[in-house]
Amino acid sequence: MSDIVLYTVLTLTLLGALSAVILYFVARKFHVEEDPRIDQVEEVLPHANCGGCGYPGCRPFAEACVKADSLDDLYCPVGGNDVMAKVAEILGLEAVTAEPRVAVIRCQGSFEHRPRTSRYEGAESCAVAHALYTGDTDCPYGCLGLGDCVRACDFEALFMDEKTGLPYVIDENCVACGACVEACPRDIIELRKRNKKDRKIYVACINEEKGGVARQYCDVACIGCSKCFQVCEFDAITMGNNLAFIDSDACKLCRKCVVVCPTHSILEINFPPRKERKKDDQPAAKKVTAAKEKKAIGKNGETQEGERSEEKKEG
Amino acid sequence: MQKIKTFPKGGVHPPEHKLSAGRPIEVLPPGGRVVVPVVQHIGAPAEPVVQRGDEVKVGQLLAKSSGYVSANVHSPVSGKVFRIDKRFDASGYKRTSVIIDVEGDDWLPEIDRSETLVREITAAREEILARIQEAGIVGMGGATFPSHVKLNVPRGKKAELLIINGVECEPYLTADHRLMLERGEELLVGTRILMKALGVDRAVIGIENNKPDAIEHLSRLTAAEEGITVQPLKVKYPQGGEKQLIKAVTGREVPSGGLPIDVGVVVHNVGTTVAAYEAVQKNKPLIERVVTVTGKSLAKPSNFLVRIGTPISALVDAAGGLPDDTGKVVLGGPMMGKAVARLDIPVTKGISGVLLIPDAEAHRRPYQACIRCARCVSVCPMGLEPYLLMDLGVHERFERARDERVMDCIECGSCSYICPADRPLLDYIRLDKLRVGEMIRKAKQAVK
Amino acid sequence: MDKLLTVSMSPHVHHRDTTSRLMYGVVIALLPAWAASVWFFGWGALYIPLLSVFFAVLFEYLIARFLLKREPSVRDGSAVVTGLLLAFTLPVNIPVWILAIGVFVAIGVGKMSFGGLGTNPFNPALVGRVFLFISFPVQMTSWPLPKGFATADAVTGATPLGLLKEGMRQGEHVADMMKELPANLDMFMGHMPGSMGEVAAAALLLGFLYLLWKRIITWHIPVTIFVTVFLFSGLLWLIDPVNNATPWFHLLSGGLMLGAIFMATDYVTSPMTHRGMIWYGVGIGLLTVIIRRWGAYPEGVQFAILIMNAFVPLINLYVKPKRFGEVKKNG
Repeated sequence: MSDIVLYTVLTLTLLGALSAVILYFVARKFHVEEDPRIDQVEEVLPHANCGGCGYPGCRPFAEACVKADSLDDLYCPVGGNDVMAKVAEILGLEAVTAEPRVAVIRCQGSFEHRPRTSRYEGAESCAVAHALYTGDTDCPYGCLGLGDCVRACDFEALFMDEKTGLPYVIDENCVACGACVEACPRDIIELRKRNKKDRKIYVACINEEKGGVARQYCDVACIGCSKCFQVCEFDAITMGNNLAFIDSDACKLCRKCVVVCPTHSILEINFPPRKERKKDDQPAAKKVTAAKEKKAIGKNGETQEGERSEEKKEG
Repeated sequence: MQKIKTFPKGGVHPPEHKLSAGRPIEVLPPGGRVVVPVVQHIGAPAEPVVQRGDEVKVGQLLAKSSGYVSANVHSPVSGKVFRIDKRFDASGYKRTSVIIDVEGDDWLPEIDRSETLVREITAAREEILARIQEAGIVGMGGATFPSHVKLNVPRGKKAELLIINGVECEPYLTADHRLMLERGEELLVGTRILMKALGVDRAVIGIENNKPDAIEHLSRLTAAEEGITVQPLKVKYPQGGEKQLIKAVTGREVPSGGLPIDVGVVVHNVGTTVAAYEAVQKNKPLIERVVTVTGKSLAKPSNFLVRIGTPISALVDAAGGLPDDTGKVVLGGPMMGKAVARLDIPVTKGISGVLLIPDAEAHRRPYQACIRCARCVSVCPMGLEPYLLMDLGVHERFERARDERVMDCIECGSCSYICPADRPLLDYIRLDKLRVGEMIRKAKQAVK
Repeated sequence: MDKLLTVSMSPHVHHRDTTSRLMYGVVIALLPAWAASVWFFGWGALYIPLLSVFFAVLFEYLIARFLLKREPSVRDGSAVVTGLLLAFTLPVNIPVWILAIGVFVAIGVGKMSFGGLGTNPFNPALVGRVFLFISFPVQMTSWPLPKGFATADAVTGATPLGLLKEGMRQGEHVADMMKELPANLDMFMGHMPGSMGEVAAAALLLGFLYLLWKRIITWHIPVTIFVTVFLFSGLLWLIDPVNNATPWFHLLSGGLMLGAIFMATDYVTSPMTHRGMIWYGVGIGLLTVIIRRWGAYPEGVQFAILIMNAFVPLINLYVKPKRFGEVKKNG
C-alpha cells in the first residue's frame, strides 16, 4: 500500500520537474525582446479592439505608436483626446487632438417614405443584397435595412427600428470608430463633427439621381434644388451630383437650411423647440418641437425614433 | 451511338420541366419602343455612336466597343433614336441605354436576309475573327464574355479541340434545344467557322441525353462531317458549366484559376455558334436571339426569336400573359438565373429564358441549423466545402475563405439546392467571393 | 401588378428533402429492427422506445422553451431519432426512471448544452447510454434472454461478448468457449441476449439498405467499419486462434451493426468528406476491436464512436475533398 503511494508521489514529482525544465528552456529559446512601452501604451488604450484606428486591435496600434516618430497619423477615436494625451506622455511625443465625431445615417427612406417595389429573400446581409440588386425599393443609393452596420458596431450604438426599417445611432454610445461606415455597402453612414448637446444638422439623403427621378423613389429624397445652398450664410453647403452636402466643420447650426428644404431631407436633431411665431409658416420645425417634448422621458435613441415617427405623419 | 459520358464529381438532378421543348421557335416581330443597353457583355462598356433623333436601320452600329474585352452593340430595329439615357437593367440599377422608337423593319442592305444555307467558308482566319468581333458576338449561354477574345488563342497555348455546348442543363430552358433541332445545318457551318478560327480539326457537340431528338438529328447531320462528332452526356447539373463539360467530354481538368485553353480546349455555346455563322456567312450582327418563356402557370410556354431590347413584358404577353399567381420572375434558368423586380427591362444578349415561378414555389423556406449532413460537400462539382465557406462568410473570415479556394466556386447553386436545412449557402459564398476579389485586387495594386 | 415580386439569389428551386424528412427517414430505417425486437422481447420492446421518444421530445421542448428561451425545434425529428436510438441500446427490462435519466442526459447534456441540433460534438444517444452504463452497471448488464432462450429459472443472461470477456478473464480458451456462444446464424437473426435494437443484424442491414436507397447516408462509414473490424479481428484470429474470437463473431455480436449503421453515421458527429468518413470508420473499427480484445468492457463500439467523435473536427480540418483542377493534367 505504502509502495503505491510512494511511487505515485515520486512519478508525479518527476513528471512535474521534467515539465518545468522543458518549459524553462522553451521560454528561453522563444523569448522575444519587446519594448516595455508597448505594454504601457496598451494599458491606457480602451481595449475595445474595434479597429477604429485602422489597426487590427489595440496591441498593434500600441506597437505602431511606439514605433512612430510622431503621432500625427495615429488616433484612437474611442479613447479620444484624453487617451491620446496619455499615450503621448508615455512616449514623450506631441499629442494630436481631434474633434470628437459621431456617426449619422444619411437616409430617411422608411417604409412610408419610400415605397417597396419587390420583396427580398435571402441572407440577412446588406452586402449580399447590394451585390444582388437595388434592394426592395427602386432607390439604388438608399438604406437596404438589413443591418450590416448594427452587426459591425461593437459599442451597441446602433439599432434597427422595425417600424421604419432603418438603423438609428445612439449618440452617447457612439465612439466614431468607423466600423459601420466600413460595413455599409452604400456608404450611407458618415462621421460628422459632434456638436454640443449632440445637435446635428445634415442632409439625410445621398441619392445622386436628378430631382424628379429621386422623388419617384422616395418622398424625402434630396432633389438638388440648392435652396439650402442659397440660404446658407456660412458657405457650409456645397452642391454636387444633384445633392446638397453640409460641411459639419463649417456649419454654425443656424437651421435656416432645414426650413427651406422642400422635401424635408435636411434633418435637425436635438435642438430646443423653435419659437412660437415660426410655427405657422414653417411646418418643418413643428415636428421637431413635438418630438422634443418626448425627450424628457425617453433615452436619446428613443427620442430619435420619436422624431422619425413624427415626421412620418407629416410625410 | 457513343458511350454516354458525364463529369465524375458532384452535381444534382433537379426536375427538368422542359415545358416548351416541343414548341418550335416563333419569330416575335419588333414594335413599340426598344431599350438597348450599351453594356450587354463582360468587359468595358461600349460607347454610343448615335445621337438623339438619329434614324437607324436594323444592324447599324449603335455603340462601339471601347477596348479589346468589350463588344459592339448594333441596332436591333429600324426607327428613330428617342434618347440616350439611363434605364433599369436586370439588377434594378440604371445603365446607359439607347432607346429607339420602332418604325417599320428596314435592314441595312449588306445583310443577307435570305434563308439559303451558305456552306462554303471563304473567309480567312483573321477575317473570321474580325467579323465576329465586328458583329458584337458574346457568349450567349449567359456568361456574355466577348467571343472573339475566346477565339484568339494566346501565344504559347495551342487549341486542340472545340466543344460546342448544347448541354442546356438548366431546368425549364429549351432555347438551345430548339436551335439544335431547327438550325442544325447552320450550327454545323458555324462549328466549321469556329474550328477554322481556332485552327483545330476536331469538334465535339455535347448534348445531354434528355434531348434524344437533338442528339439523333445532329448525329445524322454530322455523319458526313469529318472531325465533328456528337457526344451524348448523362443528365446532370451543372454539366453546362465550361469546366464540367470539358471534364465530361475529355476527362481533362482545367487547373484552378486557369482557362479552358490551358488544357487545349475552347467551349462555345450553341447560340453563339449560330450567331457566328450568321455574322461570317450572312454579315448579320448579333441583334436577336432565342429566348424561352416558360413557367408552370403560363398559358403558352414558348421559344421566341426576339430582337435585343424588347421588353420582357412583351415576351410574357406573347406567351399568354402574366399569370395571376406569379411570385417570382427569373431571367435565365432556375438554378443560375437572376430574379428581377420588374418586367420593363429589355432582353439582352445573355438572356436565354424568362421563367415565371408561381407564388407557391417562389419563396425560400426559413433556414435552420446546419446538421452537417455533408450533402453540400458531396454535390459540389468543384470539390469545395460550401457549409464551411458559408460559415466563413457569416463570420467575415475572408482570408480563410480564400485559402479554402472560394474563388474556384462556379456559383452553380447545387449546394443551396440540396441543403435540407435550406441554408443560403450560395448567398454567403458570393459574399466571400466579393470580398476575396477585393482583397486580390488590392494585393495586385500593392505589388504595382 | 398589385403584388410585389420576390427577388432572391439563385438557385430558385429547391430539393424536396428537409431536415425532418431525413430524420424520419432514419426512423423508418429503424422500424425493421424495432419489429424484430418486439418479436424477441415482447411488448416491452414496443413501449420502452415509445416512452424514450416521448421523454426525448419533452425534454428538448422544455429545455428550448424555458432554459434557452427560443422557439423549440422539436418538429425536425432529431429528438425522435435520439430517443429511439438510446432505447435501442438498452435492455428491455430497464426501469422507466433509469430510462428517463438516460434520455435527460442524452438530450440535456449531450445535445442542448452545446446549443442544440448541429452543434453537439458527441452522439447524444451514446452519451446517454454511456452515462447509464457507468451509473447503473447492474441494471445495464442484465440482458433478458430473447424468446426461445428463456427458461423457467433463467430469464436474463450475459451477451455473447460478455460471456467471451468473462471466460477470457478466467483463463479459458476462446476456441473452447465458442461452443457455448450462439452460432453465427443465430446472431445474424437475433437469437442472442442483448439490447433491444442491437440483436437482429438482419433487420439492421435491411434498414441500412433503406438508408442507402433514400440516399440519407452514404456507404462510406458503415462499410469501412465492417471491413476494418473484419480484417483486424481476422488478423488477430489468424495469429492466435486460441485467444481470439472469429471475425464473424465480432461482426455479428454486440452493438456493432447498430453502431456502425445508425450511430456512427449521425450527421452532426461524423466527418464532412468521404475521405474523412473512411478515416473515421477505420478508427472506429480498430478501437472497437482493441477495446473488445484488451479493454475492461466486453463491448467497445460505443466508446470507439465517442472517441472518434472527438476527432471529427480534426478530420474536417485536415481531410479536404479533392478540389477540381487541383491536380494539373495535360493530355
